[in-house]
Parts: sequence; structure tokens; C-alpha cells
Amino acid sequence: MPATYADPAQLRALVKPEAVHRDLYTDPEVFRLEMRHLFANTWVYVGHASQIPNPGDYLTTEIGDQPVMASRHTDGQVHVLYNRCPHKGTKIASEACGNTGKFFRCPYHAWSFKTDGSLLAIPFRKGYEGTGLEESEAVRGLAPVGATKVYRDFIFARLAPTGVGFEEFFGESLSSIDNMVDRSPEGKLVLEGAPLRYMHPCNWKMLVENQTDTCHPMVAHESSAGTAVSVWEREQAKGGPKPMAVEVYAPFMAPYDFFEKMGLRVWPNGHGHTGVTTSIHADYSAIPGYYDQMVEAYGKERAEKILGENRHNTVYFPNIMVKGPIQTLRVFKPIAADKTLVESYTFRLVGAPDMLFERTLMYNRLINAPTSIVGHDDLEMYERAQLGLHADGMEWVNIQRLYAEGEAEDVTDVAGGTSERQMRNQFHAWLKYMLPEGQAQEAAE
Amino acid sequence: MSVTEETTANVTEADLTAFIYREARLLDELRYEEWLSLYAEDAHYWMPAEWQQTDPKLQASLMYEDMLLLRIRVERLSGARTFSQKPKSRAQHLLQAPQVDEIDMAANRFRTWTPFHYAETRGDEFTMYAGWARHEMRLEEGQLKIVLKRVDLVNFDAPMGNIQLFM
Ligand code: FES
Ligand SMILES: [Fe+2]
Repeated sequence: MPATYADPAQLRALVKPEAVHRDLYTDPEVFRLEMRHLFANTWVYVGHASQIPNPGDYLTTEIGDQPVMASRHTDGQVHVLYNRCPHKGTKIASEACGNTGKFFRCPYHAWSFKTDGSLLAIPFRKGYEGTGLEESEAVRGLAPVGATKVYRDFIFARLAPTGVGFEEFFGESLSSIDNMVDRSPEGKLVLEGAPLRYMHPCNWKMLVENQTDTCHPMVAHESSAGTAVSVWEREQAKGGPKPMAVEVYAPFMAPYDFFEKMGLRVWPNGHGHTGVTTSIHADYSAIPGYYDQMVEAYGKERAEKILGENRHNTVYFPNIMVKGPIQTLRVFKPIAADKTLVESYTFRLVGAPDMLFERTLMYNRLINAPTSIVGHDDLEMYERAQLGLHADGMEWVNIQRLYAEGEAEDVTDVAGGTSERQMRNQFHAWLKYMLPEGQAQEAAE
Repeated sequence: MSVTEETTANVTEADLTAFIYREARLLDELRYEEWLSLYAEDAHYWMPAEWQQTDPKLQASLMYEDMLLLRIRVERLSGARTFSQKPKSRAQHLLQAPQVDEIDMAANRFRTWTPFHYAETRGDEFTMYAGWARHEMRLEEGQLKIVLKRVDLVNFDAPMGNIQLFM
């Protein structure tokens, strides 16, 4: 297919209900349009408020390919700003996290900015007298993104100045973030521990799809989880309780039937989660003291409701995944059509026993680290897919499992856990936010 | 370091250095069963993910593995359905001479510090790593055994691809 995807009709032709064209994963032009449209029109995760607790604190990251920072202003407000000096473009903040004091100061010519981004001072300013600087965009300071929302300490931003609202975009999907936060007896999370950073030679969407791909664990992870189970079966003759690590690995070998029954739920705008009725996280050993803390904080009924919600992976479209029962968040950062940086973050449940955080960290390193054997299994599949897609014998990627013609799109619904419905849901949303504003509605008619 | 003649008769700096080199050689020759036998049953292999990390469990680590987890890794490497090892990875260690940080016969504790460069290859890919390995060892029935191997990468905070073997 010719790469003329600036034409919406061509773009639309890439997504069928039950298959997507390989150019979604391989074409640099499609990738460029994703950066310009998809990552601008949607609400993208920026960071966690606990990373910037005090005025002057900031964190830096990217929304798509755009360098941004979140800054805590004097009044406590969080501002998401483009990380770019209005003078000549120099990146203002270069560290992942830090404190800038009362103001940002560009290291090049010392223009300075308040922590809400507004221009504070320019050295030797009389050089601009009568030049019309007051009418320039430069004088406005660090440019803010289109919109910012902090939801229960999770910072999201939309680059586009207008577009879908935060509540409208996420709707009921926020219940997964709620559940993760509610698991703290104090209703508070702190992002703690360095993120594990893992480079993947594949398109970012392969990773997002994989989060709700429940037909791969027992196959692709037979090598890691299967070996873990068999080595443990041999070793357990030596006695002792089942180690936490085995509890983490073993459920990856659960049969198809388990994953089917666990169910999945889709929400509008590409969000969805696996693990409606139960999940691979449901049978971990109790952490001593934690249940009692929860009952004391919430009452028995509510505490059991919170702890009984064992969602597996929740995808917040476009590019994060949250594990409520484990307190991890993974960000799939697009670098190029065939390159993705995965950053896996861990949260401490404030007021809960240390052992819970220990499990969170263990889960992260066993599953999400570049040294993780489960990660090795997955990366191998993505890498082979990225290479295989270049085969000209076929151009389409099939996502037809448990598809029925006329399947409702952009709705809240529940399906069998082995369905590829959430992948279809993501691609529907992908198209919706790839197309220039307004055309999504026309397309739906 | 003051070591009595009697104790140096037991464990010398040369013994420790030879032991560290032997470990690297076993890894380079992919002789994993013999490599595992250098470790005590309660040993850990630790790769921190933070600078000057002090806690392996309540701070992020790339690896903090006991013998069970190391055996799982080793067994997995030769598994029939271990697709990430088709083709197989190979490794090469370039060690700086180990520095002996402690020889304490009374406490049965020996510690070394070894800067290294490490290459891991698979198929057409070749990746270099650099860091420092710290070994803590003890004597068990006259044999040196590793109690803790700590591997700090110089760029522990950078994004990395697959690290499938052992540094
Ligand atoms: S580039 Fe920032 S002050 Fe000149
Ligand atoms: Fe997987």
C-alpha cells in the first residue's frame, strides 16, 4: 500500500473489525501520524503526584515524541509543560526528577520561568525594548499542554488544546485505578523504587495488545513459568512453604479454561481489562496483618470488596497498563515504528506492611525487567513478529478470536477471557483518535 | 590486611583471585551446573537497579535470586521450548584483577571486588556491559562457596534489552 496516510480514507482502510494492516506496526509514516494525532488527542499518563510532592519539584517524560515535564507550582497545583525553552528550544529540565527551587532557569541564556511556566525574567531585557517581543509567543514562557488532570494522584495530559474530556475519555475504566489506590488502608499510593527500563525492538502496540492476550502465557511462557513449576515440584521435597516467586510464576501456566473463565471487560475509547471474575493474582498468600488493617480502615464489607477485585491487566489506552492487585504501572513509550521503551513502575500502599511492597518489587523484577525470563519469552515473540510482518505474502494481522459480526464498538461490555475483543477495542479507538477531529464521528455514521 | 600465617595457609589472596577467575571461565564456557556448584545453598545473586543500593528487597533490583531461581534460569536456558535461546546466547567476561577486600578466617568471610566488562551475544546481536562484581564467600568443608554475588552495572538505570546469561 502506498504511504499516503495523511489521507483519512487510506488510514481508515487499515483497520477492519477483525484484522489490522501490518503498516500499523511497520510504517514510519503511520508512526509519525500517531505521534501527531493519536498521542495528541488522547489523555496520556505523565507521572504520579507522589514523585513531585513539594513546590518546585518536577519530573520529565514524553507524551508520544513530545518532551514534557510536570511541575509542582507554589500553590500546589501540577502543571504539565512542554520541556522547551521559548527562546531557542533548549530543554529546560534534564533529569528524570528533581527540584528547581522557586523558578526554572534556562541554562543557555538564563531566561527564567515560574514553576507554572510563566516568564519570570530575561537578563539584560532592555535589548528587547521596542522589538515587539511582547507580541511574540516566546514571551508567554514555557508552553502548557492542552489540558492536565490529576486523578487520585495519577497525572494525565492531553496535548491538544481541545478534544475529549478526561471523564468522557476514561469513564468507568478509572475503577481500576480506584481499586489500586483503595488497597492502601490510607487510600494513598507512593511511587517508590526505580523504574525497570526495558528496550523492545518492536512497535509499541504489540506490547499494549499483549496485555490482554491470554492465549500466549501457557505457550510462550512454558519455558519460564513451566520450568519454574517443574523445578519447584522437584525441590519442594526438601520442605518449606511455597516461595513467593513460585506463587508469582506458576499462574502463568494456568490452562486456557482458567483464562477464558476469568473474563475480560471493554470500555469505550480503547480501555479494557482482563480478570473480571478472578485472575492469576487471586491466589497469593495473605500478607500478615494486612487484611486486619483494611477491615479497620474500611469496614469488613468494603474491605472484602476491594480485596476481592482481582483484576489482571487494565489497559488505559493508548499506552499504559495498571495491575491493581500488584501495584505496578507499565508505560509503553513509542520511540520509532519498531522501537519501544517499556518503563515499569512500582507503588507502595501507604500504611500497608512492607511485605506487600516487597512482593510488588519482586513481581516487577521477575516479570518486567530486562533480566526477567518471562520478559525474555515475550520480547522474543514481539521481535519475531516485527520481523515477520515484513513478509509480503500476507499484509493483515488477525484479531478475530471470539469475534461475532456486528460486535458493538466503543461500548462497555464483558466477554470471554480469551477473546481478542480488547485488541479490537483498541484499534477502534486508535482509528478514532488518529483521524482529524470530527472525522471520527462522520466515520461512525 | 593482617592475616596470621596459620590462616593464610587456609585461604590466600591468590586462592580468592583464582576462584573469581574460575567462576568467569565456567560462565564463559556455559558450564552452568558446575557454576551453580560454586554457590552455597543459601546464596543470592543480586543485580541492583539503584545507585549504592543497600536493600535488595525493598529497593528495585534487576535480579535478586536464590538458588531455586538460579536453577530455574539454568534449566530454562536448555529447554526445548525456550524460544529466546534459539539461537543460543554466548558470553565473555573480561575481568580486572580482583581486589581482596576482606579475609576473615575467624568469621569465615572473604570478600572481593572485581571491575569487569561483559559481552553477551545472540545471533547477530552483540551487547557490551560494564560494572563491578562483589563476591562474598565462605569455606564449606574446605571449599570456597559464594554466599552473595552482587553485580552493579555502571549504567544500571539505562534501558536495556534482554540480558539472558550471567555477569
Ligand atoms: S535558549 Fe533558553 S534562554 Fe536562550
Ligand atoms: Fe507474556
